[in-house]
Amino acid sequence: MTDRHRSPLSGTSRTASGTSRAARKWREALTGYAFVAPAFVGFAVFYLLPTVRAMQISLTDWNLLRAPRFVGLANFERLLHDDKFWHSCEVTLAYVLYNIPLQTALGLALAVLSDRLARSVILRALIISPYLISNVVSGLIWLFMLDPLLGLTNAWLVAVGLPHQPFLASPDQAIISVAGISIWRHTGLTALLFYAGLQSIPKHLYEAARLEGAGEWLMFRRITLPLLRPVMAFVLVTTIIGSFQVFDVIAVTTSGGPADASRVILWFIYENAFQFNKMGYASAVSILLFLVLILITLVQMRLLRADQSDLD
Amino acid sequence: MRKLLAASLAVTTAIVPMMLAPAKAADATVSYWMWDGNQAPVYRQCADKFEAANPGVKVQITQDGWDNYWTKLTTGFTSATAPDVFVNHISRFPEFLANGVMEDLTARIAADKVDMSAYLPGLADSWNKGAKQWGLPKDWDTIAIFYNKKMVADAGITDEQLANLDWNPNDGGTFEKALAKLTVDAKGKHGDQPGFDPKNVAVYAWSYDPPDGFGQQEFSHFAASAGFQAVDKPWGTKYFYDSPILAKTLTWLRDLSIVKGFSTNGEQVGRLGPSPLFAAGKIAMAPQGSWMLSTYRDNAKFAWGVAPLPKGPEGRKSMFNGLADSIWSGSKNKDAAWAWVKYLGSSECQTIVGKAGVVFPARPEAVDAAVKAHQAKGIDVSAFTLVAKAGSTFPYPIMDHGSEAYAILKTAVTNVLLNQGDPAKILKDANDEVNKLF
Repeated sequence: MTDRHRSPLSGTSRTASGTSRAARKWREALTGYAFVAPAFVGFAVFYLLPTVRAMQISLTDWNLLRAPRFVGLANFERLLHDDKFWHSCEVTLAYVLYNIPLQTALGLALAVLSDRLARSVILRALIISPYLISNVVSGLIWLFMLDPLLGLTNAWLVAVGLPHQPFLASPDQAIISVAGISIWRHTGLTALLFYAGLQSIPKHLYEAARLEGAGEWLMFRRITLPLLRPVMAFVLVTTIIGSFQVFDVIAVTTSGGPADASRVILWFIYENAFQFNKMGYASAVSILLFLVLILITLVQMRLLRADQSDLD
Repeated sequence: MRKLLAASLAVTTAIVPMMLAPAKAADATVSYWMWDGNQAPVYRQCADKFEAANPGVKVQITQDGWDNYWTKLTTGFTSATAPDVFVNHISRFPEFLANGVMEDLTARIAADKVDMSAYLPGLADSWNKGAKQWGLPKDWDTIAIFYNKKMVADAGITDEQLANLDWNPNDGGTFEKALAKLTVDAKGKHGDQPGFDPKNVAVYAWSYDPPDGFGQQEFSHFAASAGFQAVDKPWGTKYFYDSPILAKTLTWLRDLSIVKGFSTNGEQVGRLGPSPLFAAGKIAMAPQGSWMLSTYRDNAKFAWGVAPLPKGPEGRKSMFNGLADSIWSGSKNKDAAWAWVKYLGSSECQTIVGKAGVVFPARPEAVDAAVKAHQAKGIDVSAFTLVAKAGSTFPYPIMDHGSEAYAILKTAVTNVLLNQGDPAKILKDANDEVNKLF
């Protein structure tokens, strides 16, 4: 506002007015930066610096206790021939495949049902409640519930005439059980995100469709699903990244076992870093995972045209 | 203070300045880390006495779970935030030694004339390498069988019979016969009766933890009693997991569950281990370390006892492992840290620990206190001390690359017990992989 008063006074010269505009722009930018600063500082300290540091460490042989020794790309080279690493990739992929499709489908179904049928705040609060429990606590609860001989789940199975299941204690069922725990915990959040996305779809589209005689299923396929695409992209990108980084539930329930059956990539990294003290090797895996996730994300964004909406 | 003074006077005058140093260093705080939550309150009692005797010195005890403990400790060494004194385990000793994070205690021990022969034989030696002492013995553990008294009596087995069972990897000996009697299927038939259904068992005779790489509680005692030796020597370079004796032992243990139905199988015992199964009356017996005594005491609401492990072809064998207190080489107040370590190893503190009945301390007189404390609570713990005394022990493997070898062997043993392939081949492959680490 001071600018507006000042510029006519100094209006005789074009350059002076130009400077003042530049100054205003500069001040606006400064305000902008000031607003962004806290988030940026957080990003820099907790994400950017550790990432750069991990890149550095990945080029060294470092056991935490001695000075690191530069080894170039040797860690990455070793990685390519490490069966345990590739096994952990397989396990992680299996986990993602068990987890994501079911979680997304369930989340979407819950969101559409609660949007189209029962618009109840209590119901929505109930659906999201597992997500409010920390991963460690939900891991512990399920560890007790799924106990092979003493767990409540097995008591129910037996009550309806089904055989005991070993769940987390079995090499065949461990990763499925962990995926099940994650689905239980995360479906509510996915549903909430989809529900929010549904609110942005204009209601008149449904009214028009209904006048034309369209049923619920047709409306879902032709209106809801296409218009949810940006939300779908967000949900898939975040949940897939999250799934590739599954760790806490594994740490609480299986520790990568039994017999390596649930040794996902992050557990592999943790094991190498903090149990075998191979920080360089562990960092190399982290960097590789980082690059792969960026690639997956770019492909997804491209496929789902995440930055465009069909509403425009 | 008076006790400390008395102790000071008892030693030569040359040492007196050293003894007084921690007392003079006002407001020193000695940080002390340990992983066992059962023991933390007991050591607080020691710390209170120590603080009273050393005005100006405070002991700050921090307890953390096993896995987290080592991560925190290692990062602490790197970031110079490690505790002055920490509880040390044999499995980490070689690595810590190689990286110079422990203070050599030899000179201080000599200067203060600490009597290293006052500890149970072998305990101090485990922490000695290159004629240097890296920790003062703290406690020790052996393995014995926790059993449900009523179930054993109902099966017609007397305590005396239970204490004198024999075992071999071929037919399991009288031990396996006892297990058969103790197992009950869903229809009430025992394992030694015709018509017993091994696929539908209500009470298992035997159960064990998800096996660790060295089988401390799960199989090391069976294998050793049949003549198995895990490694060539302490600080050696060879593992012998390709031994036919081990394959035979683990095959027997595998078949005990998946064929005979006398034992829970690897898929039935989760991370909680056998103790909740025991408390719930689903199992009759379990091989457990002496550190589990207080857990069983707190959880089992019925009469239970401790019996010795069965005698194998080579006699009765138990792994014998001892913890130690070590000082961090980067500690800022080593004098106060040493005073605390010395007190932790003293008769006074170890007797306090013994009386609490949580672990067996490293000093014989404190062991007696522990045995009496358990007796007062109605538990005869002689099965643990029996194997420790008879010289029938073998040590926890002290080897370089301990954590990695442990992880590889754990996977192999789990695969054998879960029937994932030919035991001899699985064990041989793992053994080759481990020996390649050296």
